[in-house]
Amino acid sequence: MGNWLLQRFSRRHALTSGIALAGGAALGAATLPDRVASQIASHGDHGATARPKASSETGHGAHGDMITVGDVDSAKNGFDPSKLLTDWDTGKVSKLPDGRTLRVFEVAAEDKEIEIAPGITFPAWTYNGRVPGPSLRATEGDRLRIVFRNNGSHPHSMHFHGIHSSRMDGVPGAGLIGPGEQFVYEFDAKPFGCHLYHCHALPLKRHMHKGMYGAFIIDPDPARHPEQVATARSRLLGSAENNGWQEFVMVMNGFDTNFDGENEFYAANTIAHHYAKHPIRVIRDKPVRVYLINVTEFDPINSLHLHANFFDYYDHGTTLTPTLRTVDTVMQCQAQRGILEFTFKDHEPGHYMFHAHQSEFTELGWMGMFDVVEATT
Amino acid sequence: MNDVAPPAADTQNRSAISAQSPQSSLLWLAVPLFLLGLAGAWLFKTDPLQVFNTGAPPIEKLTFERRVLDDKGIRLKVRAGGSEPMMIAQVQVDEAYWQFTQDPPGELARMSSAWIQIPYPWVVGEAHKVVLVTKTGTTFEHEIAVAVASPKATINQLRPQALVGAFVGILPVAIGLMFYPALRRLGRDGINFVMALTVGMLLFLLFDTVEDAMEIAGKAAAGFQSHVMVALSSLLAFAGLMAIGRRHGAPTGLALATYIALGIGLHNLGEGLAIGAAFATGAASLGTFLVMGFTLHNITEGVGIASPLLKDRPSLPVFAGLAVLAGAPAILGMWLGSLALTPHWAAFALGVGAGAILQVIVEVSAYVVRGRDGNTAALLAPQIVGGVALGVVLMFTTGMLVKV
Repeated sequence: MGNWLLQRFSRRHALTSGIALAGGAALGAATLPDRVASQIASHGDHGATARPKASSETGHGAHGDMITVGDVDSAKNGFDPSKLLTDWDTGKVSKLPDGRTLRVFEVAAEDKEIEIAPGITFPAWTYNGRVPGPSLRATEGDRLRIVFRNNGSHPHSMHFHGIHSSRMDGVPGAGLIGPGEQFVYEFDAKPFGCHLYHCHALPLKRHMHKGMYGAFIIDPDPARHPEQVATARSRLLGSAENNGWQEFVMVMNGFDTNFDGENEFYAANTIAHHYAKHPIRVIRDKPVRVYLINVTEFDPINSLHLHANFFDYYDHGTTLTPTLRTVDTVMQCQAQRGILEFTFKDHEPGHYMFHAHQSEFTELGWMGMFDVVEATT
Repeated sequence: MNDVAPPAADTQNRSAISAQSPQSSLLWLAVPLFLLGLAGAWLFKTDPLQVFNTGAPPIEKLTFERRVLDDKGIRLKVRAGGSEPMMIAQVQVDEAYWQFTQDPPGELARMSSAWIQIPYPWVVGEAHKVVLVTKTGTTFEHEIAVAVASPKATINQLRPQALVGAFVGILPVAIGLMFYPALRRLGRDGINFVMALTVGMLLFLLFDTVEDAMEIAGKAAAGFQSHVMVALSSLLAFAGLMAIGRRHGAPTGLALATYIALGIGLHNLGEGLAIGAAFATGAASLGTFLVMGFTLHNITEGVGIASPLLKDRPSLPVFAGLAVLAGAPAILGMWLGSLALTPHWAAFALGVGAGAILQVIVEVSAYVVRGRDGNTAALLAPQIVGGVALGVVLMFTTGMLVKV
């Protein structure tokens, strides 16, 4: 009898035996085809009734039943993706004898179990106990001193995407340190733009996907860009022009929780579906600037698509004029990054979705909402 | 070896032990148990195994036992088998996270089970993949190869299943029994040949049943130790049926036919389970060809049941009863297989079936030997060896019709 009980039937298989069945109706079991046919007919209905409920019924915006269950304990994690959006680490600022600004950052690598999706813990390697690590922000031409301490269990480093000497590169033999050791990276902040840093210990793939990466933003120095002073000033954190903007950092990442070389979860800023459950508040008539960085491992490309709106894009953020104008989707390969600028000033208030336009990433957690509201006076 | 030991010393020892009071016997029971308790307490208290704690996460295992697809989506019965209680944190269907409910909710202790309900709009005839992600990020995958609505216990579904069951079980046995008048005309060698054919047929069924039992056992949660359970349940069934069958001497005639019918009935139960489960998993666009194959395959079973009756002249109702005993379990199997099959119970039932078949192999062989005045060498007579071989070959070749 039945090996075929446990056979894995392919779809094609079922179709061919279905043909056998249709052809054999004369042999006395004539009720069978009818039965199967009626089953199939009734399935059409089943499919319809099992469809996800409309958004108004579930309260999850436009996601229906297709979303992770529950919420992450941000307090226990020690970082909240909602706050992380605007949490810049500008370092300890002082003046050098030559008048230049010196910024000293302190970063420590540590092993930490974090909750990357509701109810799911991940044995992460972190910078300063958070994933992504601190968003380091400086101004073009500053002298940067990053005091890096390795409190983790493996060798780690900080490899900055920027311009620096080989001794400061964070690769083996140049600032890659063992557990308990310390290293000071020192270089000038250049070129201005939206960059990143990450651990360059080997194997790179593992150190990346375990959580060792962060944003590294260098604002343009308006004095060095006389022909585009206004634009440069709007990018300079703390300037009056910059205060007219709403700036967010989004690090697109993924987590391979079962270590099979494929991500089980995708997100911007680590927590799957966080911005779907906690939409990002945006004032309607204030322009938005997103520092978007892709550190997703295993998948070569990630992307961002903005609903109901278009944006200008500055690849790597190293120019003051857009490299792409009026697009609603941008893709980035691993470690690629850029700046998105857009506004909702002509929109009605409401929820506006954004997500990777790889449907798989979206449905595995990388989607969120802007909650566009009127300014309160 | 013990027989040659000096008898005097042996009896002395025995009387010395039996002379002791019941209290002291109890004491000798209590001492080792007390020591066991002490060792256990020490193990838990001092935890000397701490040195083996490498920080590795606990082992997690999850078995998918049942699946129901209906208008509410997908329901899966899962059983945990990890070293510690496990927690299902998220559920993916086709690489998307979906809301789900778990009943009963919370952590799953070792060997406990729960139903996972996912409101997923599955598509008929297509494949889906469900992935359960536990608290530690471990994933467990369940493939729905062909999505079809699960059978329900309604008369509309039970009736056609019963019809298929009758085609697979009762009809062939009844047709096989109808060879009875023809078989009665055979001489002594002819009867022995038919008996041998029966043994051959049963040998095939034995191996077939054991194979299926072991295969299903592999799908059950590890804690059930289903492979061992198959072996034990078959041995137990064998021993039990032998003991019952031989209460009044070795079974012959109608009694032997009844045991053959019972063994075949249990095998047909397994056959029904298989077809029913195939229905439930969408594998059964169950070709009419396949049903017809089973019918042909099982006709030999009826001949086998008839073979010990050739010297009697049973009434028609007796034949009907035998046909139902051997064939009707296929209907029951269809229903159970499509509605409530869990792998460990299926493995257990098939194990019992294997034991029952082994019993009738032994009894039919014994019957043949007795007919030859207890001469076991008679089993090597050409008509016997030829009968066994033909029985196996018949089953094997008709088996080609139903093995997919």
